[in-house]
Amino acid sequence: MQASSGVHLKTYLMLALMIVFAPLGNVLLGKGMKSVGAVTSWEPAALLGVVRQIAGSPFIWLGVASLLTFFVAYMVVLSWADYSYVQPASSFSYAVVALFGYLLLGEVVTPLRAAGIALICVGVFVVGRTPPRTTEAV
Amino acid sequence: MREAFLFFLIVVAGTGGELCVSRAMKTAGEVTDFRPAGLVRFILRALRVGWMWAGVGMMAVAFFALLGMLAIEAVTFVVPVTALSYAAGALGARWFLRERVSSQRWVGVAIVCVGVTLVLLSKR
Repeated sequence: MQASSGVHLKTYLMLALMIVFAPLGNVLLGKGMKSVGAVTSWEPAALLGVVRQIAGSPFIWLGVASLLTFFVAYMVVLSWADYSYVQPASSFSYAVVALFGYLLLGEVVTPLRAAGIALICVGVFVVGRTPPRTTEAV
Repeated sequence: MREAFLFFLIVVAGTGGELCVSRAMKTAGEVTDFRPAGLVRFILRALRVGWMWAGVGMMAVAFFALLGMLAIEAVTFVVPVTALSYAAGALGARWFLRERVSSQRWVGVAIVCVGVTLVLLSKR
């Protein structure tokens, strides 16, 4: 029983890291890419210029660091929990990205979009009530 | 058209990459040592699994497609739409990883997909 609650505790800890750092990374990448602008030419010289702009943006690097933190937590939790449990459970990050997008980027979240994101969270709740592991390790 | 192609890359390459990484992690075994040195040893062990490299490559493609989308659309639109990967992920978990996906999980995934549809409609 204790082992089971221990598994759930470390699973929830890793999921918490995932649902904070993935949205934070995406918001930072969004801020960085908005300053770079859309790719309008596919010529090598133009693409090289875009790559330089991306590499020179501190927001991009902070976003990459946040996503790397997410990725490590993701890899760790996948070592004991099913992918089909971890992926839906991590979708709480969709609510967090809306919150961060509104607070940090000033993006407008319409009622319809908020309703869609809320439904995603309901789906997560349904999935979260299933056991984290249904298979034996390969 | 460009947006649809980028979303396709994000969903398909992203989901494929995650499935490959998941398969690699099942092969690498469970993490038991959470100290930094232990985590580094675990990551190095995982990097010796071929599926990990396939997964990282596909996730890199998805990442650059995501950058492309973030340059032209709002984060609060782009990121929720990428949840379309849930349907692909559940199917992949069932057929590629041979996990038993319960009916309750399928219901949850379906609700998530309805939510994504509303987010898509919110752009019109």
